[in-house]
Amino acid sequence: MTAVRAQRGALYAGNTRAVIHRGLLATRSTNYLVVFSGFFEPVFYLLSLGIGFGALVGTVQTSTGAEVSYAAYIAPALLAVSAMNGAVYDSTWNVFFKLNYAKLYQGMLTTSLGPLDVALGEILLALLRGAMYAVGFMVVMQVLGLNLAWTALLALPAVLVIAFGFASVGMAITSYFTTFQQVEWVTFIMLPMFLFSATFYPISVYPHVIQWVIQALPLWHGVELIRGVTTGALSPMLWVHLGYFGVMIAVGIVVATRRLRALFLR
Amino acid sequence: MPESVISATALTKTYGGVAAVDSIDFEVAPGESFGLLGPNGAGKSTTMRMVGAVSTRTSGDLTILGLDPEHHGPDIRSQLGVVPQQDNLDMDLRVRDNLLVYGRYFGLPRALVAERADALLEFAQLADRAKSKVDDLSGGMKRRLTIARALINEPRILLLDEPTTGLDPQARHILWDRLFRLKEQGTTLVLTTHYMDEAEQLCDRLVVVDKGRIMAEGSPAQLIREHSSREVLEVRFGSDRNAHVAEQIVGLGERIEVLPDRLLIYSANGEADLVALTERGLHPITSLVRRSSLEDVFLRLTGRSLIE
Repeated sequence: MTAVRAQRGALYAGNTRAVIHRGLLATRSTNYLVVFSGFFEPVFYLLSLGIGFGALVGTVQTSTGAEVSYAAYIAPALLAVSAMNGAVYDSTWNVFFKLNYAKLYQGMLTTSLGPLDVALGEILLALLRGAMYAVGFMVVMQVLGLNLAWTALLALPAVLVIAFGFASVGMAITSYFTTFQQVEWVTFIMLPMFLFSATFYPISVYPHVIQWVIQALPLWHGVELIRGVTTGALSPMLWVHLGYFGVMIAVGIVVATRRLRALFLR
Repeated sequence: MPESVISATALTKTYGGVAAVDSIDFEVAPGESFGLLGPNGAGKSTTMRMVGAVSTRTSGDLTILGLDPEHHGPDIRSQLGVVPQQDNLDMDLRVRDNLLVYGRYFGLPRALVAERADALLEFAQLADRAKSKVDDLSGGMKRRLTIARALINEPRILLLDEPTTGLDPQARHILWDRLFRLKEQGTTLVLTTHYMDEAEQLCDRLVVVDKGRIMAEGSPAQLIREHSSREVLEVRFGSDRNAHVAEQIVGLGERIEVLPDRLLIYSANGEADLVALTERGLHPITSLVRRSSLEDVFLRLTGRSLIE
């Protein structure tokens, strides 16, 4: 029993807020132009494809059978992408730099902070960036009249869950990276995932095998989750999507914590 | 004798079968200034990391402030101040914020940390740079800020890994002065260095380590007494003649060492030996009698070959 408590004590000091405090203070010196470039990407997609291309398409049927305008069809997908982008940029590029160059975590772990404090704090900061992108995007959606049901309000907690999932896994994966090239690979994988995860058209156009692959990837679950609440088409499948992110969050935190411990407390 | 704050017995750390620290024993008393002296790769930093509770030992016993780092890492770390070999200041934060944020890592209340930060900026002679970017500080200033940061939790033991490596003489002297004040205030200092003058300035007691083992232990004066002569006579006859002359003066002093550029005669009385030398008709190009130093001890114990 004491051994278990000592073990937990070695991992967690209950001081995640100190890590978050540091992160927020450090943003004062960041380049906001770079930060916001990630936000504008899905907005530009929405304007060009949703409004422009959407005029040619007309309406689309969602996976739950509702007929919606093309812009209203892709907007929730892009909202999910927005949350993903913010969380992933922060938990890969920024974490990689802090891990390997700034030696930030190494310094933190010479104090009484535990690896779980550090991992959780950094993941929550990445989540925050994802949430900021997503909230900005939701405002754009509202202005353009693309939130079709009152349940669109539920998109707010939903994007937090999505950002949390991507941030956790992003940090866990980044903790294994040793070169910038490896970080590039994440970007390389994110592009096709962004394009093919029922973002711009239903996945029913693909053969079954491809559909399964897409349904195994996280973004599809995010897209379906958000599309369900913003179009008002709620189904029990939403629980599956939430469960998927629950697993991402848990696995990400556990792996990131273990890695920080293995890297700096061995 | 008061109970020691650090106690290591047969402390060992191996990496892939190679022993970086090979069964060393040492004790550090409260308020003592203890040095680990040794060439690069001797195992100094590895020892420091184990004492800092950020590296687990392979075998042996280690207690810090009466606790085993294996089980009480965070408890121990909350009472240590760590100055790593390379500054790892937070470059995204300004000078004073570095102290504030670091203090919060220890879970200390905001007001207390703010109060200590201002006092430490004074101590580190950085009060006028409180709002500067870390990047704009000189090497010596960064080092002082790192030390100030390590003191934010009012540690019982301050660990310094090569505190003045890479600093110019002025910056080193300022730093020594600050460390000496800490020592006067009763902070236990544990430092590694490969500078002999630093060890002589700061350490009450030191161990010379080489290849993961302790070669000698004692106060600087004690080590010189035990491992070297009182004085050293240095004479130069030209690089082609040194070895030849050495054969002619066998028996002079306690020990003779032939270096490519000079001869060292370890002796109780250097002047007398110099007279004896000239009486034999040998006239060195240059000669120098000096007191034996820690450097002589160090080189005797760890050898003169280049370690890389």
